[in-house]
Amino acid sequence: MDYPIDYRYSREHEWVRLENGTATVGITHHAQEQLGDVVFVELPSVGSKLEAEGAFGAVESVKAVSDIYAPISGDVIAVNEALMDAPELINSDPHGEGWLVKLTVFDRSEIQRLLNADQYTKYVAAESDE
Amino acid sequence: MTRVRQHQTQDELLVFERSSPGKVGYQLPALDVPAADPVEVLGKERVRESIDGFPEVSEVEVVRHFTRLSTWNYAIDLGLYPLGSCTMKYNPRLNEAVARIEGIVDAHPYQPESMAQGLLRIQRTLETYLADIAGMDAVTLQPAAGAHGELTGLLMIRSYLESQGSPRRVVLIPDSAHGTNPATAAIAGYETREIPSNREGMIDLAALRLAADDSVAALMVTNPNTVGIFERDIAAVADILHRQGALLYVDGANMNALVGIARPGDFGADVMHLNLHKTFSTPHGGGGPGAGPVAVKAHLESFLPVPRIREEAGGLRYDWDRPKSIGRVRAFYGNFGVLVRALAYILAHGGDGLRNATVDAVLNASYIRRGLEDDYDLPYNAPSMHECIFSDARQAKYGVKTGDIAKRLIDHGFHPYTVSFPLIVRGALMIEPTETESKQELDEFIEAMRAIAREVEADPRLVRSAPVTTRTNRVDETLAARKPVLTWRGTPE
Amino acid sequence: MLAELGLEAAEDLFASIPAQLRQKEPLGIPDGQSEYEIRDFFESRASESARGYACFLGAGAYSHFRPVVVDSLATRGEFLTAYTPYQAEISQGILTSIFEFQTMVAQLTGMDVANASMYDGSTAVPEAGMMAARITRRQRLLVARSIHPEYRQVLETYYRHQRLPTSTVNWDPRTGQLDLEDLEASLSDDVAAVIVQSPNFFGIIEHIGEAAELAHRSGALLVVVVSEAASLGLLAPPVEADIVVGELQSFAHPTSYGGPYVGILATKDRYIRQMPGRLVGATLDSDGRRAFCLTLATREQHIRRAKATSNICTNQALVALMATIYMTVFGKRGLRELAEQNLAKAHYLADSIESKEAERVFSGPFFNEFVVRPTARTAREVNALALASNIVGGLDLGRFFPELKGTLLICATETTKRADMDRYTECFGRIP
Repeated sequence: MDYPIDYRYSREHEWVRLENGTATVGITHHAQEQLGDVVFVELPSVGSKLEAEGAFGAVESVKAVSDIYAPISGDVIAVNEALMDAPELINSDPHGEGWLVKLTVFDRSEIQRLLNADQYTKYVAAESDE
Repeated sequence: MTRVRQHQTQDELLVFERSSPGKVGYQLPALDVPAADPVEVLGKERVRESIDGFPEVSEVEVVRHFTRLSTWNYAIDLGLYPLGSCTMKYNPRLNEAVARIEGIVDAHPYQPESMAQGLLRIQRTLETYLADIAGMDAVTLQPAAGAHGELTGLLMIRSYLESQGSPRRVVLIPDSAHGTNPATAAIAGYETREIPSNREGMIDLAALRLAADDSVAALMVTNPNTVGIFERDIAAVADILHRQGALLYVDGANMNALVGIARPGDFGADVMHLNLHKTFSTPHGGGGPGAGPVAVKAHLESFLPVPRIREEAGGLRYDWDRPKSIGRVRAFYGNFGVLVRALAYILAHGGDGLRNATVDAVLNASYIRRGLEDDYDLPYNAPSMHECIFSDARQAKYGVKTGDIAKRLIDHGFHPYTVSFPLIVRGALMIEPTETESKQELDEFIEAMRAIAREVEADPRLVRSAPVTTRTNRVDETLAARKPVLTWRGTPE
Repeated sequence: MLAELGLEAAEDLFASIPAQLRQKEPLGIPDGQSEYEIRDFFESRASESARGYACFLGAGAYSHFRPVVVDSLATRGEFLTAYTPYQAEISQGILTSIFEFQTMVAQLTGMDVANASMYDGSTAVPEAGMMAARITRRQRLLVARSIHPEYRQVLETYYRHQRLPTSTVNWDPRTGQLDLEDLEASLSDDVAAVIVQSPNFFGIIEHIGEAAELAHRSGALLVVVVSEAASLGLLAPPVEADIVVGELQSFAHPTSYGGPYVGILATKDRYIRQMPGRLVGATLDSDGRRAFCLTLATREQHIRRAKATSNICTNQALVALMATIYMTVFGKRGLRELAEQNLAKAHYLADSIESKEAERVFSGPFFNEFVVRPTARTAREVNALALASNIVGGLDLGRFFPELKGTLLICATETTKRADMDRYTECFGRIP
């Protein structure tokens, strides 16, 4: 899998894309693959405040639930409503249509602390070898 | 595949789709009192229109409907049911018969004690026998199932510790535990902290020593644990807890390995529950009812739920005057009919017979383990008790997982083993044959499992697409969860 | 087999249990007995019960006519001896019947969905309370004192030890119905749910609509408890409720000295993910045929562990199956006729007793139970007299409510014979 080079990645397998001061957050290809078919997504409401590394929702497959952790802090300005009817978007297009929330960014240095595509690819490879 | 052959079963609609207006399958006697007009007596607004969508079928249609459905099920009456940790043993029909004796089955929970002495005696006798089996001092029969027993036990621990000064905050749970343990701890108001297992699949004593501080109320442990291994250091575990003023809770899910051989009360348990629908042969009935009696040591006796049964000169009595009791956990006296069945099982076996059953259960599991260890990976080397755990490590190389092997077992005529549990074993196959099975049945099962191991190497795709012989193919659980349809709402046009 | 395992004695199988932990003494349980002896033992115990007595007790455990097909079908080994249907391909029979159960419970209660069962009515109440707390993010439960007192005791046990608050609402001493003024005064913005039973413990039908309006106005849910399922054949379903819980024993199982019974939990579509317990859903198999499976399991303990919606695992599946068969046999017309007979018999009995030396305690409308205060004799005397002629009389409410000491809760169902009612009525009369 080629992870987009303009995204940043957390060790909890979320990605962040920064665009005009707005961060879009989703879970990575690797995360959705581990989880299997996503059947339900629990997302925060618009206006809630997320803190970096805090759990802000959950992604469910038939037999597993994974908490989703905020890779960076921010205010939720949009949630992906399409996922309510079509959670499978997380499987089919995790880095695009399957995005979870959009945030206003407080602290750009938080993004710098995340992994880049190359580092994340290596991180995933090392994790699977365990 | 000598065990199964294609067999016709009938298709059957949902009962709502069978329904046609005006059909009835019941008959009531004519009223022997004047009729009461509901609208007049209750007022129009309190009376319902007819029950929308409710079935209307004849008696023979009822009989055929449920008989057809029944033929779509696997059952212990059809063969080995090797579900690890579930103890699917034969359900003696005598138990069903005695539970339906008039005077027992139609007894009302509020009939006067003087008119219920036989029913109190049944409970009292069962309490005594279970206390003996567990090595404990007192037993409540009130909890309706294992998880309910866990809750009862933890609430008693909570009350006991409170009486000592503080209920404390934390319940320790090994990473191999049943899901009910942490779920129960949460409902009893405790945080849970996980204790890792060591390489042998047992509680890591060093980790326990670190975790067991004075915030810990109890450790919940299953023994033999969920990998089927006896926790050799259980006495040390109890000692570590007791030194900190914490208690040892034993989950009795695996008591079928111990009855007559070792008693939790002798290895340090303060509280434990028993699953009558596992160890004591009451039928699972497709998911219940069960019963989860809780046994305690003397220091917890005064916290047991009310009512207690007391022996007095004039007979047995319910004792409500128990100021330290945690209260009631269920209305009336628990799943009484299940208690009757369990007592019948104990009476039929007697002390020696119960012990022999344990020996046979462990022997059967050991025999299966020996029969499969050449073909399947054994994650732990310690001897197995009443169940054995393999992993799918060898089959995974062919892209076949434990869930696939389980489904393929259906094609070979057996119910699957327990899949993917305990969580500490990647790709677990957990097999518990119980004492019910003959050597012949075990040999057939072993042969089926070996045949699957060969199929995995020769044709992994076949195994991945299993089951192929059932009337229903692999069911789309993802669709069910994405678009939940939980009730029938009419046939779509 | 031992030899094949390289073992000499059965004892060797237990080598992993340290010797000092092994049981030294044999179990103190007598030697095994034959089928004949065991039957004899239980026949003897059954004879030390109220066998053959007429019974006027209800109070959460009801005697109803059970067609023979219920047991003859439910005791088929394929139902009786099957496990929880996790393996859908070889469990379609159970799964289909549970789906039918869920549907019928929803239809009866006027809710959208129902689960596969709870342990019983009493334990379903705290489960509903915890569910309401998750939905509203509030904690306090406001409980009518007129719900089954043992249900309330169970709720107290679940809540007290977690230091969660509950408070009670009184009944109107004239009607026996919920005191709406007390309810309104007791509601506050920390109340997660109002819990009301209908018919309540005194057999009186509650004003559900008004209770719902008050609860909803303050942001709380309304939980309606039904302990006499037979009433649902006739009474308007509690559609205003958010959660309906209760006991389906009436349709499922003989009174059996208090269990096994079968609890229900039904709710609206929007609360599905907060429900406790197992759920069966419709889906398709890989050939596109209709099939059923356990679903939304991520709510449950075996997946979500400490964050599960409940710790329930084993439920009351077989008793739920009995209820499903029962409801199918009686069907749309039968449940209505059954309920009408209950209504007629109970009103006949109430009128008869009232015509003797007794007064009705509450004026509210009732279904098949009512409360009377004997005036010529004490309640205890009435029942002693009854017992002497093989009748188990009504329940003395002083057992649960000090203010109702000396009153009797009396039940009549379609199985209560007129002749027995007339004999019991005589026990209330003045000593000639």
